[in-house]
Amino acid sequence: MSAASIIERLAAHLGLEEGSFESDAEAKDPWIRIRGDRLVAAAEFLKADPELDFDTLHCVSGVDWPGDDPPAIEVVYHLTSLTHKHWIVLKTRVPREGGSLPTLETVWKAANWHERETYDLFGVRFEGHSDHRRILLPADWPGHPLLRDWEWPETWHKIPVKPGRQMTERAEGGQMTGVGPFD
Amino acid sequence: MDLIGALGKGLGKDNVALTTVSAIVNWARLSALWPMTFGLACCAIEMMATGASRFDWDRLGLIPRATPRQSDCMIVAGTVTHKMAIRIKTLYDQMPEPKYVISMGSCANNGGPYWQYGYHVVKGVDQIIPVDVYVPGCPPRPEALLYGIMALQDRIREKSLLDDPREGRPRPDPASQPAGQMVEMAG
Amino acid sequence: MAEQRSPVDGAPLVTLYDEELPPDNSYAFSPEELEEDEMILNMGPQHPSTHGVLRVELKTDGEIVKDARPHIGYLHRNFEKHAENIDYQGVIPFTDRMDYVGSMGNSLAYALTVEKLLGIGVGERVAGIRVITAELQRIASHLLAMGTYGMDIGAFTPFLLCFQQRERILDLFEWLCGARLLYNYNWVGGVSHDLPEGWTGKCRRFLDEFVPVLDEVDKLLSHNKIFIRRTADIGIITPEMAKDYALSGPNLRGSGIDWDLRRDDPYLGYENYDFNVVVATSPHGPVGSCWDRYFVRVREMYESVKIVRQALDRLPAEGDVHENVPRFVRPLAGEAYCRSEAPRGELAFYIVAENKKPIPYRVKGRSPCFVAMGLFHEITRGEMIADIIAIIGSLDIVLGEIDR
Repeated sequence: MSAASIIERLAAHLGLEEGSFESDAEAKDPWIRIRGDRLVAAAEFLKADPELDFDTLHCVSGVDWPGDDPPAIEVVYHLTSLTHKHWIVLKTRVPREGGSLPTLETVWKAANWHERETYDLFGVRFEGHSDHRRILLPADWPGHPLLRDWEWPETWHKIPVKPGRQMTERAEGGQMTGVGPFD
Repeated sequence: MDLIGALGKGLGKDNVALTTVSAIVNWARLSALWPMTFGLACCAIEMMATGASRFDWDRLGLIPRATPRQSDCMIVAGTVTHKMAIRIKTLYDQMPEPKYVISMGSCANNGGPYWQYGYHVVKGVDQIIPVDVYVPGCPPRPEALLYGIMALQDRIREKSLLDDPREGRPRPDPASQPAGQMVEMAG
Repeated sequence: MAEQRSPVDGAPLVTLYDEELPPDNSYAFSPEELEEDEMILNMGPQHPSTHGVLRVELKTDGEIVKDARPHIGYLHRNFEKHAENIDYQGVIPFTDRMDYVGSMGNSLAYALTVEKLLGIGVGERVAGIRVITAELQRIASHLLAMGTYGMDIGAFTPFLLCFQQRERILDLFEWLCGARLLYNYNWVGGVSHDLPEGWTGKCRRFLDEFVPVLDEVDKLLSHNKIFIRRTADIGIITPEMAKDYALSGPNLRGSGIDWDLRRDDPYLGYENYDFNVVVATSPHGPVGSCWDRYFVRVREMYESVKIVRQALDRLPAEGDVHENVPRFVRPLAGEAYCRSEAPRGELAFYIVAENKKPIPYRVKGRSPCFVAMGLFHEITRGEMIADIIAIIGSLDIVLGEIDR
């Protein structure tokens, strides 16, 4: 099924009016952006509808946009249908401060770890998640490091986190090792 | 002169060899370095290759042991992260004296490619535990690791029994030793 | 004590030799919830058979595993943070270090994504070289998986035979680009070095000599009665479970699902090669067992040999491998998501680009091993403790890719 008809079918089912969602069927990876409160309904339809049949959730990524108005974190779901061999990207935005999304673990179990990772690195909360803990970093790690304005701690349990003084000097002196054809 | 050569020469005539206790103890120690199998990252694959058919570290007397309590050499092969640093210290403390550490690869030496933006990477394992030999490379070739092992053997050869193996650092209080892996029992 | 200085670069050292570091208290199960005769057992991160620094927390009743929780992040090396600070080409060495036993596949996936973002393609010779190196890397990676899996179960001989053959592939790669393990070979728009003179001949010779050895190892291990008893009927992943958890690669095909990106969403001209997608047929027990996943890898090596032979035959004699390498990588604002079939499954990169900036805004690596570990607790429930090792080995995980 073509990307345009997938987007059309989803919008028609959810009863989305023009202007209440954004989409681009001509992009390199066609995407549709919906509001967080319609996320579960959209996911359930995308999985259950036999014409669409998105049976696997390929990836969940967070992207931090602190400069946007309002500042938001975009959560991007890449979906694949193994039966129909088509792909779609589902996007939604959460406010940077105190925002949360419903979990999609109930629809695709693969979401469990991806959402934990997004929480770990971006601080997005997923309501209803069965195991809402940090996954990569230690439980007492300060902050969420992939946020653009995350500040490096000096030490973590006495172990220095920032690179040593000499190393920083060396890097600022411009001696970066390069790879590939540089300009 | 090398100890085996000296022994051979002495034994050739009348089965008597003169040597120092340090020399014979050192010889025993350096010919049977038992490293702990402790792969962290990419370098672990090269460490495995060093142990496998082509490079074969058995011929230097290295037999990998699966537990720190049976080993006297730790090869830190790979990137040390903050989460792992605590474990490495625990494992090091569990090893019996005398113990040696080979830091293998740039990451273990000083953070390697990860030192600038690697917020979760410890900038050198020598901040956590004392290191005897540094093997550079990303990852070092198996030959480099073998050279590092031989460098460690040279280092052991020069030690005296009168030397303090901890080089002035206080001996840890056994009561404060980490308990190792936690095992909880109920019922 | 005198101030310690690092012998590496002379920087003052903060030494914590005598400090007590905090205990790692991240436990998923609590002792209060345990029923009678149950206990919590910690396995890893230092364990000879967890393939790196994986830590598994087990709730056991005697030898039976009631529940298991993997703990990851002991090798979290901040790939994504690095990618946000380094220019597009500079990210490639870091992708190599994600899945460090399948480096060619990683840099290929990243290069394909940036090429998709820029809208450029590669010449026929570069595509051919990439197919050859990617398939050789698949063989090398599967050899390592096969050898260490045998060793985990208790068979040491296959390990030596597999590593012997793997070394020969590494020699070919070393001749090609100077590195044994992490190659930095696939560049955006090309590859770093053209094939040296005589390389194709050596490669053919390797393939000819490799197949009989593989036959032998296959005979030695795959149909060994003890090995089958240890692996068949253990760690069953049903096809539904595999889809629900978005498994990919040999793990997915080991569950009997016929899906391979090289055939179903071809890149680099894979559609022109004649090869079979290996799907588990499960002669021993139900489909989706450890043995099935293992055997898919063994059969895939034969298919890779077929692909490399064809690619060598039709490789154009002339061609500049740097022809399409852009001088500046400054893509227009946009994003690209490109997946490819790496040795361990579908490796994908998601890149968000700002307009004409030399540095990516966001790079996310979708790792097949991360996804495979997500279902670990489902397939270990009710198995024996010794089988945990068999299950971890059959998923063929690399911690560098799980933690990134």
